Amino acid sequence: MEKTVEVLKSAIIRFAGDSGDGMQIAGSRFTETSAFFGNDLSTFPDYPAEIRAPAGTLFGVSGFQIQISSQDIYSPGDEPDVLVAMNPAALKVNLKDLKRNGTIIANEDAFIDKNLQLAGYETNPLEDGSLAGYKLLKVPITRATNNAVAEIGLNAKDANRCKNFYALGLTYWLYDRPLEVTENWLHSKFTGKPQIAEGNVKAMRAGYYFGETAEIFTTRYKVAPAKLPKGIYRNVTGNHATALGILSASVKSGLPLFLGSYPITPASDILHDLSEFKNFGVKTFQAEDEIAAICAAIGASFGGSLAFTSTSGPGMALKQEAVGLAVMLELPLVICNVQRGGPSTGLPTKTEQADLLQVVSGRNGECPLPVLAAASPADCFNMIYEAARIAVKYMTPVVLLTDGYLANGAEPWNIPHVKDLPEIKVTFRTEKEGFFPYLRDENLARPWVKPGTPGLEHRIGGLEKQHITGNVSYDTKNHEFMVKMRAQKVQNVQNDIPELEVDGDPEGEVLIIGWGSTYGSITAAKERLDAKGYKVSRIHLRYLNPFPKNLGEIMKRFKKVLIPELNLGQLLKLIRAEYLVDAIGLDKIQGLPFKASEIEAKVIELLKN
Amino acid sequence: MESDTLQNGTHVKLSAKDFSSDQDVRWCPGCGDYSILAQVQRVMPSFEIPREKTVFVAGIGCSSRFPYYMNTYGFHGIHGRAAAIASGLKIARTDLDVWVATGDGDLLSIGGNHFIHILRRNINTVIMLFNNRIYGLTKGQYSPTSEHGKITKSSPFGTVDTPFNPLTLALGAGGSFVARTMDRDPKHMQDVVSKAHKHKGTSFIEIFQNCNIYNDGAYELYTEKDTKPENTINLEHGKPLLFGKDKNKGIKLDGFRPVIISLDDGIHTVNDVIVHDHTSKELAMILAQFSEIKGFPVPLGVLYEVERPCFEDEMEEQIEDSTRKKGAGDLEKLLFSGTTWEVK
Repeated sequence: MEKTVEVLKSAIIRFAGDSGDGMQIAGSRFTETSAFFGNDLSTFPDYPAEIRAPAGTLFGVSGFQIQISSQDIYSPGDEPDVLVAMNPAALKVNLKDLKRNGTIIANEDAFIDKNLQLAGYETNPLEDGSLAGYKLLKVPITRATNNAVAEIGLNAKDANRCKNFYALGLTYWLYDRPLEVTENWLHSKFTGKPQIAEGNVKAMRAGYYFGETAEIFTTRYKVAPAKLPKGIYRNVTGNHATALGILSASVKSGLPLFLGSYPITPASDILHDLSEFKNFGVKTFQAEDEIAAICAAIGASFGGSLAFTSTSGPGMALKQEAVGLAVMLELPLVICNVQRGGPSTGLPTKTEQADLLQVVSGRNGECPLPVLAAASPADCFNMIYEAARIAVKYMTPVVLLTDGYLANGAEPWNIPHVKDLPEIKVTFRTEKEGFFPYLRDENLARPWVKPGTPGLEHRIGGLEKQHITGNVSYDTKNHEFMVKMRAQKVQNVQNDIPELEVDGDPEGEVLIIGWGSTYGSITAAKERLDAKGYKVSRIHLRYLNPFPKNLGEIMKRFKKVLIPELNLGQLLKLIRAEYLVDAIGLDKIQGLPFKASEIEAKVIELLKN
Repeated sequence: MESDTLQNGTHVKLSAKDFSSDQDVRWCPGCGDYSILAQVQRVMPSFEIPREKTVFVAGIGCSSRFPYYMNTYGFHGIHGRAAAIASGLKIARTDLDVWVATGDGDLLSIGGNHFIHILRRNINTVIMLFNNRIYGLTKGQYSPTSEHGKITKSSPFGTVDTPFNPLTLALGAGGSFVARTMDRDPKHMQDVVSKAHKHKGTSFIEIFQNCNIYNDGAYELYTEKDTKPENTINLEHGKPLLFGKDKNKGIKLDGFRPVIISLDDGIHTVNDVIVHDHTSKELAMILAQFSEIKGFPVPLGVLYEVERPCFEDEMEEQIEDSTRKKGAGDLEKLLFSGTTWEVK
């Protein structure tokens, strides 16, 4: 049968199924293949907190969205073009997002009475005409998978578990992707279980051939490789980029890396990844709790290591007293808070940006520290590296904010060469003459002295310090002086960070200010607005304390300032407080990133009123 | 005590005074902490470890001011976290001699979690618990070692808390060296501290320490000349468990149950008395519970001491092993690993 080929600039695909259906694996394999193929891409894994939620239920649905493009893209996209639904619950949960006239590939074998009931369908949506507004492709994925793997002799459970690869194979055909990358991955992943590898390969090929032969598939799509800047690329998630970034800072600075961490979603992968790097001399300490994790890191920093602790919101809250200790001790410490939905346990696997105020000011006393935020998965590498540079230069704890969306999302990364990374210069004090523990340098940083250095024995602690000598001091004037000194030191970081560049006209009606992971959605929104002829400019903050020097001056050039955030307006509060600017907030607290269309609509509203 | 120590590259004779910092000691006059400080300073030179290689880590409380008074590197942390800070420091810097000075509130209440975990990991440090059974720095509330029914500012009708026994807690958590001594017995303390330092692993010492302001006389029964012999028993590896003014009482085991026997009763001899074996965890557990049995002497000395691997050594071994197998880490190679593609 002749099939038409349509060339697309970009396409959005969402895989959805039970949390045990392997949707995250299917999505990440599609990602790797597309990256290898040369598309620009952006992903959004979205899964429940339960590891294996009861099968067939609405709350057990796990999804993975990916946008592939022949152009630069910045977000996983708003509305999927294609939804792969492995069961009725997956269809029910995801249908509302699907583009009008979008394609549904449904595993018809799973649309049985029990599953329909669990999903709350009274009649079978595949049969009752309710999906008339979409292009519905019914595929017997379960049966076809079982047939495909029959000859291998897998048990029923293992055979059934290959069906995600059948669905993946079908999408590979639909978007004209090669199978080799995934086949190689399967063979190396299941070296010890060749039967499993073979079963999945067979299922994937069967899916691919089904697309080729089945008459219901009339069109396939081509998304050409993107013209990205020159370089060697790999695909990277935010958490992996964070691990590689801090390791790079350790190598470049010559400081041994010490990670104190406690498992917490969605930050644990940083601990996992760094635990692999033993041959770099990395010491990872899985502590008994979040407090021990940071305290051990502070101990290691006192000993002269590049100290790092990784966590998420609830863990950050537990660490705060010790962060205050590090502020008082003026020891370098890098903290990565992979934000998730809160308060309390909140939404462990969902994204949010609601820890900004917590890290800026959630400690006892006047307790300032530099706060940074990564804008994209690959940017986590740059920003954790930057956090380490600032920490050791200014002898201070530094917090990097990422979030669940960045942590698990992936994008192509133009890999930097080690020689091109900024230098991180560290000098340990060894000179006895004129040594005082709190005698500051031109950056207001105190000397870093490793225990073991003869003649420089000294004691530090959380009690207020006398200026210069570092002796315990309860003198009230000294306290005020030291509070201001610590604040000034952090403020001085402003002289050491890049100024903001305005994307768009330098002055005008509306300025969008973003921070952290909203970068992609805002960029996509701005592109749409530009295309429609609306005038809007934007800046993106990667430094949240202190703010870049020219922030205030840029804001003055615009009539309206819009701050979209995945919280109730935390940056908004900080900016209003510091600059007395009547900025307008755009909130979203649904555990999901912004859709470009949501920001676009708000900007149009502001432009019209 | 003096000895030859390599200090700043040259051999010098260090004395107790060399370990005394320039800070004024600010404990209440008559506090048991003074004796602990003095005994530690006295034995430090015998270890022949340079001052700069020694770090004292503390949490919060009266005990935790200890580092300020030692002329070594020192770290006064936050409440309860000394064991966690010391763990990180020792893991990062296995070459350092790391000590923890802590109190019953700091170690057993707010820091209880870190205490049991440092013990199970067996990180090579010495933990000195200054146990005065009271919160001193906050002016007299009951602590996790205060006896049941104790009347304090925060328990005007008596506590309804059952106290911890620090020794059984330490043994239960996997402590590889568990000992007890007293502020009022300098020689004994010097001996126990020296043994603790010699032991490789987490060495835990409970020190009976008198708070003469908020809990004066808590250990009188054990420290005063006339009551001490009948109420304490000194443990020595390989020696029978005898106590009493004339060493005429002994401990016999009746199954798992310890009983006190008299060597003067014409029935028992010293051969009936159990011999202390500090490698027996079973015996250590029985001994540790003496203080909870009415009429039994409280044990002093080393209850338990065994060698087992230290966390930080095994971590270094993994690093060496991995480096041997994979070669020293090559960052450029790592960054460019996995599935990569080139955009020209």
